[in-house]
Amino acid sequence: MEMVQKRMQQLGLPRIIIIAFIIIIFFAAFLQGQNMAQLISDSLVRFGQNLILALAMMPAIMSGIGLNMGLAIGIVCGLLGGMISIELGLTNIYGIACAMLIALMVGSLVGVLYGKILNRIKGSEMLIGNYLGYTVVYLMCMFWFAAPFSNPAIIWPMGGDGVRATVTLDGYYSGILNNFLSFEIGGITIPTGLFLFVFGVCWIIRIFSNSKVGTTLRAAGDNPEYARTSGIAVNRCRIIGAALSTALGALGIVVYAQSYGFYSLYEAPTTMSFTPMAAILLGGASMKKVNVWHAVVGTLLFQTMLTTALPVANMLLPDGNLSEVFRIIVSNGIILYALSQAGGEK
Amino acid sequence: MGKVKGILGKNAVPILFAVICALGVYYSGTGIPTILADLVNRFDRNALLVLSLILPVISGMGLNFGIVLGAMSGQVGLILVSIWEIPGLAGILAAMAIAALVAALCGFLAGKMLNQTKGQEMITSMILGFFSNGVYQFIFLFVAGGVIHFTSDILLSTGIGIKNTLEMGTMQYALDNIQIGGFSTKVDMFTALVFFGALFTAYYLFRVLVKKNRERKYWIRLIVSAVLIPAGLIGGQMKALNMYKMMVRVPVSTYLLLFGACVLVQAFTKTKLGQDMRAVGHDRHVAASSGIHVDKVRIQAIIISTVMAALGQIIFYQNLGTIDTYYGHEKVGTYCVAAILIGGASVRKATIGQAILGTLLFHLLFNVSPLAAQNLFSNSMVGGYFRMTICYGVIAISLILHTWRSHVDRQKKSEEV
Repeated sequence: MEMVQKRMQQLGLPRIIIIAFIIIIFFAAFLQGQNMAQLISDSLVRFGQNLILALAMMPAIMSGIGLNMGLAIGIVCGLLGGMISIELGLTNIYGIACAMLIALMVGSLVGVLYGKILNRIKGSEMLIGNYLGYTVVYLMCMFWFAAPFSNPAIIWPMGGDGVRATVTLDGYYSGILNNFLSFEIGGITIPTGLFLFVFGVCWIIRIFSNSKVGTTLRAAGDNPEYARTSGIAVNRCRIIGAALSTALGALGIVVYAQSYGFYSLYEAPTTMSFTPMAAILLGGASMKKVNVWHAVVGTLLFQTMLTTALPVANMLLPDGNLSEVFRIIVSNGIILYALSQAGGEK
Repeated sequence: MGKVKGILGKNAVPILFAVICALGVYYSGTGIPTILADLVNRFDRNALLVLSLILPVISGMGLNFGIVLGAMSGQVGLILVSIWEIPGLAGILAAMAIAALVAALCGFLAGKMLNQTKGQEMITSMILGFFSNGVYQFIFLFVAGGVIHFTSDILLSTGIGIKNTLEMGTMQYALDNIQIGGFSTKVDMFTALVFFGALFTAYYLFRVLVKKNRERKYWIRLIVSAVLIPAGLIGGQMKALNMYKMMVRVPVSTYLLLFGACVLVQAFTKTKLGQDMRAVGHDRHVAASSGIHVDKVRIQAIIISTVMAALGQIIFYQNLGTIDTYYGHEKVGTYCVAAILIGGASVRKATIGQAILGTLLFHLLFNVSPLAAQNLFSNSMVGGYFRMTICYGVIAISLILHTWRSHVDRQKKSEEV
């Protein structure tokens, strides 16, 4: 009994609630006669699809910026990479490699700038990051209109100006990671390539966070004053954190899109930074402490919940978007909880 | 010369936006009467919502993005009144009473939450807005009709959930168009000019003669308001301005209400509680050591702000006529914050004048930018994105400047010590 109590305490209240909830959903799905194997397969895909975006929060938290609410900036960089790769007509492995490369390069460059801005506004990173993100997204909306792309897969079909609202990846690199070496066990499809890739990225980030640079970043984030007196360039660490976070966001959206099958442009990125934030917080991260497992566990729980809740809710109430409402409440509730746990000034 | 520079520097943001607005008006190619008529309506809708931001700023809690909660409370009032089918002005008043109650409760809870996260009030109030949006949607999409059973026209055909858009019916213009003795209170522009000229003249005479506010700015304001009366009288007779007389209709009753709200806010800041708010905003620790209940004062500021926003949202919809049940409140916080910042306010300082000027400039920009973009780039969507960029960009840049400046100040202080 004591053992159970100890484990429960380790798990923490938010995770206990969500796990209980997932169990209820699975139970309901079973009673409704849903295709359980399909549900689990979908959950696995969604988990892999969203993991890198959640992971992008990690360098930001480590270096003391806190949650990167300006993740939309990184996402927009990734979209740019994706568009260029399609414009060049590259398909399969070349296409996605080109998209990722451009995403990472543009992402880290923009991230350095973003980090420089964040250094001037310490203490308000979340709020300002959020509004900077929105501003960049809407600036890019105007850019998409004027963008000099000519590939018919990108521009509006009826000869309009600019890029379509959703650009399909069919025939380019839709599902290229998901389908690589994928196999089926008992009706459950395992997207091997996707897992190999995202866990590979996790592994690199883990090595990075245990390396000398990573430790310095952590020290700078943990106690900036102390770090400064012991000779760490705190501002530089924060720039590294912001750049890495933005670059991972850019990479994340490419991985997301190849699994989803589309790039969603224009206003779509404005809402995309909330789910990864909620996921990593749910995994047990706080505004100060974070590791790779928080991102992995959090994304697994959060995405499983969202994926399985959708068909169950739809069967309960065919009209209305219960699971979307649910996502809003849960993700913002978790962020609020984390904010209140961080505690304010006296 | 130095003085001119000082005035320019202090009012750089409003001046910049006035220039952008002027360009927008020029390129939109729309007649001034049309734009003015629209602006009169937009000001009527939004002024109280923007005014509701002032008190939290004074109390040092920054820009209250949580007025979204107030806007939602306003909609709760309107939805309930629609279910009970209370018509006209009575409906609006009933909705206001309900909304004020709901908003007070929401404001209390929000205030408690914000006391837990001092120093991060703005982000918390923003997330709080998103969160309660989810709760609101849950209640009106599923609980209404799903758990609480009732029959009403405003339910979806399945009987579960409220419709996406609700018609206000007789409640539309219930405030704007109050009939007094068979006469409408919605009058043409020049009559309104005479009326408000007289009103402002009386108000500033009161300030100058009774309250003995004899600084120069009050004299200037007195003279300007006195000039409005003959301007209105003459303008109404001029043939050349006939278009203005026909197109621009001013809902005097709502404008009177807004004027009353401004006077009340002004008077409130002079009361004991208002002074306490100022003290808390200036320095929490000093305020606490001089015996002010800091947390309580902060909660009160948020409650008043939320209630004002709730009433503001009801005024908004009685003018607009159609309630957007699920999205109408979503962007209220962002728009109002952008408006007050464009008026020259900052995170630490906001006045009634800034709120009013900002509302006018922001909504003028909102009105003309799609058409201007249509004429400039032959695409009205660009204008839509342009105004959203401006809206978010203004918030981001002014927050950056404010935080940066206060950092520099703090560093200077610590160097002096």
